[in-house]
Amino acid sequence: MMKVNQLAKHQNHNQSSTATQKISTYLTLIVLIVMALAVAALLLAITAYATDVVAAGVLAIIGLIALVLSGFMLYQFRRQTVQLKIEIPKVMTTIECTKCGGKTIREFQRGDYVYKELEPCQKCPETKQMITAIYKEVKEKEKTYEV
Amino acid sequence: MFTPPNTDQLVPTGGGDLLSQIVSWAFYAIFIIFIFYGQRIQMYIMVREVENSLHKLKYIKDEGRKITIEAIKEIGKPTTDPSPRVDRYLEYFTITPQSMDPAGIVAKLDHLLDVRDYRLKEEVKLMAPSAANDEVQTNNLENTLEAAMALNFIYKVVRHYYIQGKKTLSLYVIMQLQMILPMVMKEAEAYASALKAFAYGQPIGDGAGPLVAAKLMHGYPTRKLPKNCIMATVPLEGRTALIIKAEGPGGNVGKPGDAVEAVIEENEGKIGCLIMIDAGLKLEGEMVGEVAEGVGAAIGGPGVDQYKIEEKLTKYRIPNYAVIVKEDIGDAVSPMRKEINDAVDKVIERVKAVMVERTKEGDKVIIVGVGNSIGVGQ
Ligand SMILES: [Zn+2]
Repeated sequence: MMKVNQLAKHQNHNQSSTATQKISTYLTLIVLIVMALAVAALLLAITAYATDVVAAGVLAIIGLIALVLSGFMLYQFRRQTVQLKIEIPKVMTTIECTKCGGKTIREFQRGDYVYKELEPCQKCPETKQMITAIYKEVKEKEKTYEV
Repeated sequence: MFTPPNTDQLVPTGGGDLLSQIVSWAFYAIFIIFIFYGQRIQMYIMVREVENSLHKLKYIKDEGRKITIEAIKEIGKPTTDPSPRVDRYLEYFTITPQSMDPAGIVAKLDHLLDVRDYRLKEEVKLMAPSAANDEVQTNNLENTLEAAMALNFIYKVVRHYYIQGKKTLSLYVIMQLQMILPMVMKEAEAYASALKAFAYGQPIGDGAGPLVAAKLMHGYPTRKLPKNCIMATVPLEGRTALIIKAEGPGGNVGKPGDAVEAVIEENEGKIGCLIMIDAGLKLEGEMVGEVAEGVGAAIGGPGVDQYKIEEKLTKYRIPNYAVIVKEDIGDAVSPMRKEINDAVDKVIERVKAVMVERTKEGDKVIIVGVGNSIGVGQ
């Protein structure tokens, strides 16, 4: 729980807004109270188990739901601090020889463009090689919806 | 006999045990808090969500600015630090013409866009002196700066509504922002990857049209047309294809409106049909790189080019067909996906089919590859 507060503080550090700080601590406080109550309810459920099983069951369910919800909220706070990054897709350049059809694929280099002529092919020194395609391949499969 | 009401039964407080009494009272308290402050708590959660996205936007925007400045330093070799100039550029705005009396607005908008383009290009040349004579590099840098500009603008608008929402503590201001945020973030991420593509000169998804045109015209002599377009005359399926694209490989969309206008006038309107190829926005659930066919002027942008093309087509009664490659906004501005590259052959098949079915042998057919021709030569 200390860690959560620290994280929250760390997050608010950047924008130095007191209002946000207030909101954040307010929310964290509520979540922590709910969590403490949930734990108390669970403890009560254990003590009540011997005398009243139904009451113990109700208490246990309430306690568990509250615990899960507050845990989820804490997890959300945490998740927000995950480092940001702009991902750079790998772009590939396809080079072809117009005469023998020899094909090579290499990584994109600055200055490449489609239909740019490059140095002659190794097999046929008279014909120049040419860039025929530049594209990125998206690795992860897009989620499909069966509708 | 009168007995006082049993208040113990009024609220079940869980019996005698002190701990259980506290717990049940606490639950009541929570319950009441949620009844009265539920909406407010919900709002705080929304504010947090928006705030996180705003942080991310700020990061993306700053990163974009950094990449832009690095690219300018690398390509342009300026003698002074370009950062202040870049910052000034990012704030550049354009006031659209007054549309109260819309007659003649297209010409005004056209003129305004010309002025803007010229002004921004001059600015780029000042920022990057050693690329000033290299049209390709200047165009690429201009595109990079425009992407950075878009990111800056998105960030500022989101920040505006966020602060306004917090100031007024209005659920509805925050809610509206929170609702469109996923789409806004998607767009911002797209611009971020566009920025990289522009800085390196990589072809982007929007270049599907120019790529098709380049494949058709490759190996034939080209000539320049008005406003950064080029044309090649290619025999295709027994017809004469006049193929137009924006001049590559620099980042450039040209002005296909002016180019098509010029070509139609040169041929005195004797054109079998006009076929436009463009990247089209796909709906969710459609596949990237799907090819679809229709009628009409397939061209985006502020509408000036579409207007000009439609005017000329109507004047000479020239039928207009369109072939589009489907992609979403993210694909359109980020480096070209393999699916889109692979769609080129399919598009060419479609174009040939349209020509064979809709025109007579010996006809002249204009084929326009609409889009940004960055990274696509000819
Ligand atoms: Zn070879």
